[in-house]
Amino acid sequence: MNHVSTLVIGAGQAGLAMSHALRERSEPHVLLERGDVANSWRTERWDSLRLLTPNWQNRLPGYQYTGTNSDGFMSMPEVTKLLTGYASAISAEIETGTSVLSVTRQGDFYEVSTNRGDWRCRSLVLANGACARPVIPAVAAALPAGICQIAPNHYKSPDQVSRGGVLVVGASATGVQLAAELRVAGHDVMLAAGQHIRMPRHYRGRDIQWWMDRSGTLSTTVDEVDDIERARGVPSLQLAGDGTEQFVDLNRLQVLGVEIVGRLSDIRNGTALFSGSLANAAALSDLKMNRALASFDAWADSIGVEGLPSPECFAQTELPRSPRLALDFAKGRISTVIWATGYAPDFGWLDLPVFDRKGRIVHDKGVVAPGLYVLGLPFLRTRKSSLIDGAGADAHALADHLLRFVRDRAA
Amino acid sequence: MNVQTIINANNGVDTQALINARGAFEQMPEAAHFTFRSKAEWIEGTYSVNRIDGYFGLGQEHSRKRSFAIESDHPEVFHAADRAPSPPEIVLSALASCLIGGVASVAQHRGIQLRSVRAKVEGDLDVKGILGMDAEIRNGFSAIRVSFDIDADASAEDIAAIVAQSQKRSAVFDILTNPTNVNVSVA
Repeated sequence: MNHVSTLVIGAGQAGLAMSHALRERSEPHVLLERGDVANSWRTERWDSLRLLTPNWQNRLPGYQYTGTNSDGFMSMPEVTKLLTGYASAISAEIETGTSVLSVTRQGDFYEVSTNRGDWRCRSLVLANGACARPVIPAVAAALPAGICQIAPNHYKSPDQVSRGGVLVVGASATGVQLAAELRVAGHDVMLAAGQHIRMPRHYRGRDIQWWMDRSGTLSTTVDEVDDIERARGVPSLQLAGDGTEQFVDLNRLQVLGVEIVGRLSDIRNGTALFSGSLANAAALSDLKMNRALASFDAWADSIGVEGLPSPECFAQTELPRSPRLALDFAKGRISTVIWATGYAPDFGWLDLPVFDRKGRIVHDKGVVAPGLYVLGLPFLRTRKSSLIDGAGADAHALADHLLRFVRDRAA
Repeated sequence: MNVQTIINANNGVDTQALINARGAFEQMPEAAHFTFRSKAEWIEGTYSVNRIDGYFGLGQEHSRKRSFAIESDHPEVFHAADRAPSPPEIVLSALASCLIGGVASVAQHRGIQLRSVRAKVEGDLDVKGILGMDAEIRNGFSAIRVSFDIDADASAEDIAAIVAQSQKRSAVFDILTNPTNVNVSVA
């Protein structure tokens, strides 16, 4: 049995930012990492993926981008390099190749069992990622045998997709990026779009993240929104880490030749059924985008940003007059389905009564239970909590709480 | 922003009660399971009458204030007596009423006073489907259009947002746009 005051599970941006915060407070701690630093970025993302946040925005405690391309977007190898460099710069103590098998409470301690031995700690930080496993709808079980299914954590590039049509289910950042990439690679692509949020990559000459960052949108706290459950469930914006295209929205995808259909409602007798609510999903998306852009305009007016071009006005989302409602897989048009239906954290090994009726971890701004913390989840404390840029502030706030807890117990 | 807006709008919807219900169902999710029912009886020809007098919800049976009747028949062109609207027309009316109720609730929640709300609902139906003349043609509506005419103290964009939100939260809109398992048995 190994002993340490604090254990941190996960060595991505959240775990490393926490390590930095704990080291500053002289709190002894060890990070457990199932793979290597930045494991998810390294092994569970597709080849063409780039961060949705520009380089200048990828701030970590004690680190700021100093390269020459501050408006660029990092590839996955670059993110891996960033986090690996950060880990060594802050001398984080990391047990790599260490998968957590169970976490239990034993008296005043947490016992963490791993494939490389057991640990006992007074406080525990769960920093193993908001996108640890893909969420695949139950209807996937009804897909006919012979249709290939791919979850985005196993998707790498169009090369691995067999010839033939692809149905991409989900129209958030992952779904729209994969639909575009597969179409450009020559596949027949259909995209099933439920609720989604359209957003331009750049607006009035500035990156959309500049607007969200400077206007304070990203710093909005849990206490400032009236329905935090809804705010935590907001899908990722239809963006790609590519400044050359203003949109990767349903209009752009249709120009590329992607067929847009409604949300996948069901699969019955080998036929996929799509919701007839696509027009409303697109209308809601346009309204949300316009409302966000109008709020950015109002903010820019109120503080008087110099040298901004005039507000831009975007054409609404156009849809086919009668979007397809059904797809019979037996007709052979589609041979692959990609489930771009979201991600969830994975706490399957956490044997503690800390989950709600839907299996989500319950926390108050990251505090789960005495001495138990979670980091990196969507809107944990602020709207940027799941961004690299959000890890630092959350880690420092929770480290303060953690230190008070550890000292109270030790006293 | 967690701003408690002073709401002067009165559309006759108690949104606070709905918000309270959300809180209560969060504590007791099983209480949110409702079963609605309608009991129909054939009278003659295509003429029938539904009685709606009770439902199950909040863990128990409830009676309505009175027994409501919904009659249905077919128009004369189908050689019926045209004593009441046809079932598909009742579906269209249910959609209109569901969306209008949603518009009133969402407007109330957003502090917007409504002066008038009118909806026209149209459904296209090729009767060659019902008559079994062409297997390619479905029995039901091939398309449904709803057009709203709303007079309210709000911008065109705010009104569009209310209408969009009412669709997002409408039972009948969902029933019509997504498949439902329907089991029919004989006693």
